[in-house]
Amino acid sequence: MLKKQHKILIILFILTIISCLLFLFWGITRNNYGYNIPRRINKIIAFIITGSAIGYSTIVFQTVTHNRILTPSIIGLDSIYMFVQTLIVFFLGTGSLVMVSGSINFLVSLVFMLGFSVIVFYIVFNGKKDKLFVTMLAGVVFGSLFGSFSTFMQVVIDPNDFLIVQDKMFASFNNVNVSILKITMLILFLSLVYGYKNCDKLDIMALGRDISLNLGIAYDSVIRKFMILICIMTAVSTALVGPITFLGILTANISRQILKTYKHSIMITGAILLSIISIAFGQFIVERILTFRTTINVIINFIGGIYFIYLLIKEGRL
Amino acid sequence: MIELLNINKKYDDKDVLKNINLSLPKGKIISLIGANGAGKSTLLSIISRLTTSEGEIIIDDKNIDNYHITELSKKISILRQSNYLNIKLTVRELISFGRYPHSKSRLNEKDNKIIDESISYMNLDYLKNKYIDELSGGEKQRALIAMILAQDSDYIFLDEPLNNLDMKHSVSIMKLLRKIVKEKSKTVILVVHDINFASCYSDYIVALKNTGVLYAGDAEKIITKEKLKNIFDMDFEIEDIDGNKICIYYT
Repeated sequence: MLKKQHKILIILFILTIISCLLFLFWGITRNNYGYNIPRRINKIIAFIITGSAIGYSTIVFQTVTHNRILTPSIIGLDSIYMFVQTLIVFFLGTGSLVMVSGSINFLVSLVFMLGFSVIVFYIVFNGKKDKLFVTMLAGVVFGSLFGSFSTFMQVVIDPNDFLIVQDKMFASFNNVNVSILKITMLILFLSLVYGYKNCDKLDIMALGRDISLNLGIAYDSVIRKFMILICIMTAVSTALVGPITFLGILTANISRQILKTYKHSIMITGAILLSIISIAFGQFIVERILTFRTTINVIINFIGGIYFIYLLIKEGRL
Repeated sequence: MIELLNINKKYDDKDVLKNINLSLPKGKIISLIGANGAGKSTLLSIISRLTTSEGEIIIDDKNIDNYHITELSKKISILRQSNYLNIKLTVRELISFGRYPHSKSRLNEKDNKIIDESISYMNLDYLKNKYIDELSGGEKQRALIAMILAQDSDYIFLDEPLNNLDMKHSVSIMKLLRKIVKEKSKTVILVVHDINFASCYSDYIVALKNTGVLYAGDAEKIITKEKLKNIFDMDFEIEDIDGNKICIYYT
């Protein structure tokens, strides 16, 4: 049983490497070698960071909420990110330091997103029993509130400024912020180490609060830790490439479907690899085959959606 | 021994338990009885730290707050009625979670031995490789009880363990509880609705009524016409059959 799952993981790992190599070396000639390779490597690092953040946070979020159709995007971090970007352009203009300098923008966005999640968690959630869904509801409400604020400001600003804001609205790997790659790598690495160390707790937490407490897991405080971890990861990946959490619902469910296990370490690894494959492959199609005539969102949703429908029909259930 | 001192519990403004002082003896089967809403399940989940309350709970001369959470889960275990079980998990894997307080996820030979023992205790051998989301209600219940057995704690709390079980399995679980109390000197505390299971199998009975303890004492002293009438507000006939007191209340 375990053997089969390890085999699937190995296959996924090989596919990950193939898709990254394909992205790296397609269309490389002796002349453009020096220009392209370093840029593409940066992009691949961004794929890995984003893929890991999405894969991990979605699976954990679904387990913690006992719901397989949710993604961390419901907390409203995407809206906060857009709100911050619009706010900066609205008050400081597109030429401001915060907008031009990637690392300052990253820091500001990160601080706002984490600040928002901390406020929501400590005021609404407060580690109390049964408050998790109220917290998510608060996230949804705040998300649409800040979404409306952003829309309002976007309508008022200069159309040229709006183009800059619009650029931030969609996930994009085309201008990965090189200056923040190292720091995001570090944050993500530390979160993943902590996250993987606590994976066996998740296996039990999937069985609910009573059983977890019975087996000696401080359910409520562990959930709070995981939620903070999820927020950090989502915030980092959003600040790096923009809102892309939609990918999680596909890769997390596909990972659960093909691995058929309760072990989170395996499930999460599967989801991470699948996310990296989808991003790398999607970006490959966008850049090399369609030469930027569409965005990666479209590609991933198209392919993922088809696969998802196939799964639904084949299994007859989720 | 478990001692409860001045336990109070409110849901919003409604008193659920008021001023409970109780000591539960060790090495016995203890039944909690009482009408719906008397606070049995709440009391059970307070003693087993699933629900917070005012007052003190002392387990083996140590306050429950002074136990480390892992240490506590080797001391007490609880099974409640509702559980999420729609994940891809085989019966054996579920039961092996019972060893988590002892060995985390790294199971050793001793753990595996205990897991297999609990499986055969509950007659689950034929099911052990099946997924839990394919089981019937009764089979799930037995798998969960086997998990609790694998946890091997001194005190075992069961909230209506006979729910979903047919007569045969109910009897066999009660017999099994007797056996572990006798052989492994465990203490089993359970909420039970069928008064005859309480009468035939328990050593000690705690009767709750209107947010308080009405009676607490040895089973034979509680199972009398007058006391049962006080507890449930209805008439009982009690017959002695082979040394067991059987309560008749259907007509």
